Amino acid sequence: MSNLADSLTREELFQSGHPFCPGCSGGILMRWLAKALGRDSICNVAATCLALPTLVYPHSLNLPCLYISMAPSPAGVTGVSAALKILRRKGRLPAERKINVFAVAGDGSAGDIGLASLSGAAERNDDGLYFVFDNEAYMNTGIQRSGSTPRYTWTTSTLSGKPERKKDLPRIMAAHDIPYLATLSFAYPEDFFAKVAKARDMEPGFKYFHIHSPCPAGWRFSEDKTIQVARAAVESGLWILYELDQGQFRLTLRPARRRPVADYLKLQGRFKDLTGEDLRALQEEVDQRWKALEEGQVQIPVLA
Amino acid sequence: MLTGNYAAAHGARLARVEVVPVYPITPQTHIMEKMAEFIDRGELLAEFVSVESEHSAMAVAIAAQATGARTFTATSAQGLVYMHENLFVASGTRLPIVMAIVNRALGAPNTIYPDLSDSLDQRDTGWIQIYVENAQEAHDMIVQAYRIAEDKRVLLPVAVCFEGIIISHYMEPVELLDQGLVDGFLADYRPEHVLLHPDKPMAVGQILMDDAYYTEYRYQQQAAMDQALKVIPQVDREFGRTFGRSWGGLFQAEMMEGAEVALLTLGSLASTARDVVRRLREEQGLPLGLVKLRTFRPFPDRELRECLAGLKAVAVLERDASVGGGGIVYTELARSLFAGRRGGPLLVDYVLGLGGRDVTREDVEAIALAVFQERDKSEIGNPVRWFKVRGLE
Repeated sequence: MSNLADSLTREELFQSGHPFCPGCSGGILMRWLAKALGRDSICNVAATCLALPTLVYPHSLNLPCLYISMAPSPAGVTGVSAALKILRRKGRLPAERKINVFAVAGDGSAGDIGLASLSGAAERNDDGLYFVFDNEAYMNTGIQRSGSTPRYTWTTSTLSGKPERKKDLPRIMAAHDIPYLATLSFAYPEDFFAKVAKARDMEPGFKYFHIHSPCPAGWRFSEDKTIQVARAAVESGLWILYELDQGQFRLTLRPARRRPVADYLKLQGRFKDLTGEDLRALQEEVDQRWKALEEGQVQIPVLA
Repeated sequence: MLTGNYAAAHGARLARVEVVPVYPITPQTHIMEKMAEFIDRGELLAEFVSVESEHSAMAVAIAAQATGARTFTATSAQGLVYMHENLFVASGTRLPIVMAIVNRALGAPNTIYPDLSDSLDQRDTGWIQIYVENAQEAHDMIVQAYRIAEDKRVLLPVAVCFEGIIISHYMEPVELLDQGLVDGFLADYRPEHVLLHPDKPMAVGQILMDDAYYTEYRYQQQAAMDQALKVIPQVDREFGRTFGRSWGGLFQAEMMEGAEVALLTLGSLASTARDVVRRLREEQGLPLGLVKLRTFRPFPDRELRECLAGLKAVAVLERDASVGGGGIVYTELARSLFAGRRGGPLLVDYVLGLGGRDVTREDVEAIALAVFQERDKSEIGNPVRWFKVRGLE
């Protein structure tokens, strides 16, 4: 850890005193992104929990930020990068000055209402880094089911648990053949910073990141367990850390010994009505998923 | 000879627009194609963005304009209402985006032919709306629109609206503006305030908590609209001095000497109405006049009141309808004439030409004569008249 900390800037572009809930992983995300991308960056924000600290005066994020509306944060990346390109071509911006264009969006914004916008920006390979803060429900409005909510999950709109599977947005994005795609976890900062830095330094193009983002309020766990929950998801094999670099798949973290998925689920109140049968079925599914992955039967692991 | 669509595209080219996000929709698509061609052939140095929806077209325009590039887009009907949400964002962030709206009737039922309900329906979005009569005016007004939008007293987005098919697709003689003169008329876009730049971080489209200045933000937009009432005629006059042609600013009052009754209309209907009014004045000596409304937002309340004050009757001829409320221009004019005083001319509304139905000289003449007969009446029944509805005639 000390090596990672030493390698990062000490400059804090994301200020303390922000209005995130205690224990929210959003504060970690904005602080890490600000460190990884630096001062020469322009941020697009979707309607998410992330909008308050970036867009309410006084702003906690000391970077230029644009909020358009719920859906089109990918179009925001497109517009900013198109403008930077023409300003460079016309000599109004120094050609050598690299400005990182990025967006932060929730799973509902990116995967539901804004999916067309996200797909369009990816298909055009517009220049920017796109970060999906996947807290697995509409949390900013108070815990309603999204496409990204996992099966069995309690939300205020799935009181008996969501019957459908999680929409596997990384696999949808992988089908766009973008230059870089990666999954991230807050419990693995080295992996996080290495991937973001790699994408940041690549040629212009669309880079996609999907971050498993524990939410104490919505997932029903205490605010000191955010990283513990994040780690349990990876160690149980439910959340898989990988990258697709120019289409080349690489598992970036292989749990030494996979823990039971129950270890992850039982940390949270949102799965409290899960039956023993459901739990066995889910464990079986995760085991099969890893078997397929280990045996090379699948190109890209399933995160549903 | 150019279509209205090509004339508008040439206007955008001459304005040296820099980012062009567009999504195809009939009858606008020729603008998109022409812009793509200008850029592909190197006749315009700009970034063309083939977006996946009109909602994203406006979002890309907002982001690009906020990053300091002059942007242009175009749409029609369903595409316009699909971007509705983001129209408020463009005006709320005070970005001087210019858009060509090629008017088309809204579905259902679906048609590619025009009426103005699509853009008039956007009246509360905070955009300046200018309606034009022909391809030449569309060409000229795209250039004027940037000058109006970017004026520091205004800083609001502008829509230049013209009817699909009738203006967008039919060819007319158009005199293209001279690039050198346009460059003198329209300075490069150099935003001073709303700008996404790492050297001066700011939040654009910020969130306000509690009662934090939302009222004041909205009031400033109203104040900018009030300023636009002055700026639009000024820009038109300067355009006239530069290019030898001007269009009347907020509205064009014609043949109003001694007029007792005026036809008030907008868009291509103005051409037909002008011809009818001229002939009825010349051949029958009838005291008729014409008001061609150009600027619907901001609505020229005071200016129109002064213009119409001495008339006995005003007949609004409009290719649009707010179902359940009459014609949209009529509704607006009624509000305007009633505001702050008693009395005024008799106001009659003709809803006609919806979905592109042809409005002939004979139609307009029949309306003019009917209203002329009614000019001194104190009671006329329902003033909103759906003209030539099949089955009701």
